[in-house]
Amino acid sequence: MSVPLLTQVGQLARRSVLRTLRQPAQIVPALVFPLFLLAVNSSGLARATNLPNFPTKSYLTFALAIPFMQGALFSVMNAGTDLARDVETGFLNRLALTPLRGSALLSGLLAGAVVLGLLQAATYLLVGLAAGASFAAGVPGVLVIVALSMLMTVGFGSVGLFAALRTGSGEAVQSLFPVFFVFLFLSSMSLPRNLIQTDWFREVATYNPVSYLIEAVRSLLVKGWDGEALALGFGVAAIILVVGMVAANAALHTRMVRT
Amino acid sequence: MTQPEGIEVERLVREFKKGPRAVDGIDLEVAPGKIYGFLGPNGAGKSTTVHMLTTLLPPTSGTARVAGYDVVSQGPQVRSRIGAALQEAALDPFLTGREHMRLQTAMHGLPKPERAARGDELLARVGLIEAADRKVGGYSGGMKRRLDLGLALVHRPRILFLDEPTTGLDVQSRTALWSEVARLAREDGVTVFLTTQYLEEADALADRVGIIDHGRLVAEGTPTALKAEIGRPTVEAIPRDDGELDALASVMERFGERAGASPKGVSVRLRGGEADLANVVRALDAEGIGVEHLQLHAPSLDDVFLAKTGRSLEGAGGEEETATEPAAVTA
Repeated sequence: MSVPLLTQVGQLARRSVLRTLRQPAQIVPALVFPLFLLAVNSSGLARATNLPNFPTKSYLTFALAIPFMQGALFSVMNAGTDLARDVETGFLNRLALTPLRGSALLSGLLAGAVVLGLLQAATYLLVGLAAGASFAAGVPGVLVIVALSMLMTVGFGSVGLFAALRTGSGEAVQSLFPVFFVFLFLSSMSLPRNLIQTDWFREVATYNPVSYLIEAVRSLLVKGWDGEALALGFGVAAIILVVGMVAANAALHTRMVRT
Repeated sequence: MTQPEGIEVERLVREFKKGPRAVDGIDLEVAPGKIYGFLGPNGAGKSTTVHMLTTLLPPTSGTARVAGYDVVSQGPQVRSRIGAALQEAALDPFLTGREHMRLQTAMHGLPKPERAARGDELLARVGLIEAADRKVGGYSGGMKRRLDLGLALVHRPRILFLDEPTTGLDVQSRTALWSEVARLAREDGVTVFLTTQYLEEADALADRVGIIDHGRLVAEGTPTALKAEIGRPTVEAIPRDDGELDALASVMERFGERAGASPKGVSVRLRGGEADLANVVRALDAEGIGVEHLQLHAPSLDDVFLAKTGRSLEGAGGEEETATEPAAVTA
């Protein structure tokens, strides 16, 4: 019996959203930890705004870009852990016995990450606004931030799906989380790249794709409309998504070897 | 040509990389509407066989046709005609029973108006309608198994694969599941391929039994025929007076060779089968030997397993099978 692709995606997306919303352990850390780090950074590094050529007088506005990146990194763990659990429990085999299409499985599984990403973006924006951050690009800029945040969340979520399908282990997926945080700390997270004085750090931050994701969000908060920063940010996020989905699809074909 | 609701397997082999030959050239046939019991210890090759027959794992060699379709070249056709409840109840702890039914009915392509009714019908049938809106994480092991069975039936499959469906269940849950499986075959004509490591399960449910050990089918037939092939019943007697043990032994040995028994009694394997029991009673009576306990033991499938493999099924298990981890074994 042929089942429309949209029906499959819709059903799996519904399940993904339900299980995400029913796991406070997935939602709470993804909301609280980035805001905690924002509070620590914006108070501890406030005097960085006195540096010559620092782009804004509000470190809070400058640092508000970081939670969006951290939230996206949480989607690696959340999407990946959920799928790894499906492998471990045999739920993937249950789905494999239906006329399931691989593309429906991967798309549907990312729906939970999208919902969580939306929740995260809304929370970070509201907290930022309440704390006094400014939004240089105005309301349209906020909408672009949400869109980029979604793309980043889905992109990193696809990396989580790949890890889950490749290893079949929730623990292995969770072990990736600190690795991705290293990328975050070695980026232009705390200072603009041109103000990083240590040569090797500046070099690493320049080659680190995470820098461009943060800088795209930051440009809308601090500068207004910066076409180059936005193109780089959306481009990097799109590349991560494409590479993640191609890798996840290949891993799915190895994992789900039904005839 | 395989019968459209049957299973036919010829020289089926599955080898794992850097591992043993998990299934080593088995042949078997399951007639439509019958229950086939696939009996063997842990690691014997039962689950690997089920994974191949349900198209989840390609065979290394050999052929298998399920519902008339080849499991390698016609996987989608096979899947559309089978239902399966695999070794561990594959459920999402964060979804309710009803949400599982909704997902499963949709994924199998049931028309939208039918989904809720079909889901409720099956939930009622497996006795879970009252727990339908509770999250599965709070279900007992028996409830999970029953939901697993219900989910395997949503698309009205004509062939059902059950991989150790009662392992870990209490007696009450096990009996309830046996009743439902028997009803499916008897009333609905569903062909059932059931793996088990419980002798009594195969004995109680199966029309035919295949005994697998180290990937090879070591015996196959109806439970009665298998037992009759290798086993004669034994009769065990305990004298009322301990001093009459030797006299009792001498009388009973007229009817067959000694078999194991308790230190207080004598057990012999009856040369003439069950019909000799009356003769034993008459002979003991004629000799004036009082008997405190007399019991006839029918041969069991364990006797068959013992005769075919040299080991008892109890404790014969090896390592768990690895069929549930295809990525680790195929590349």
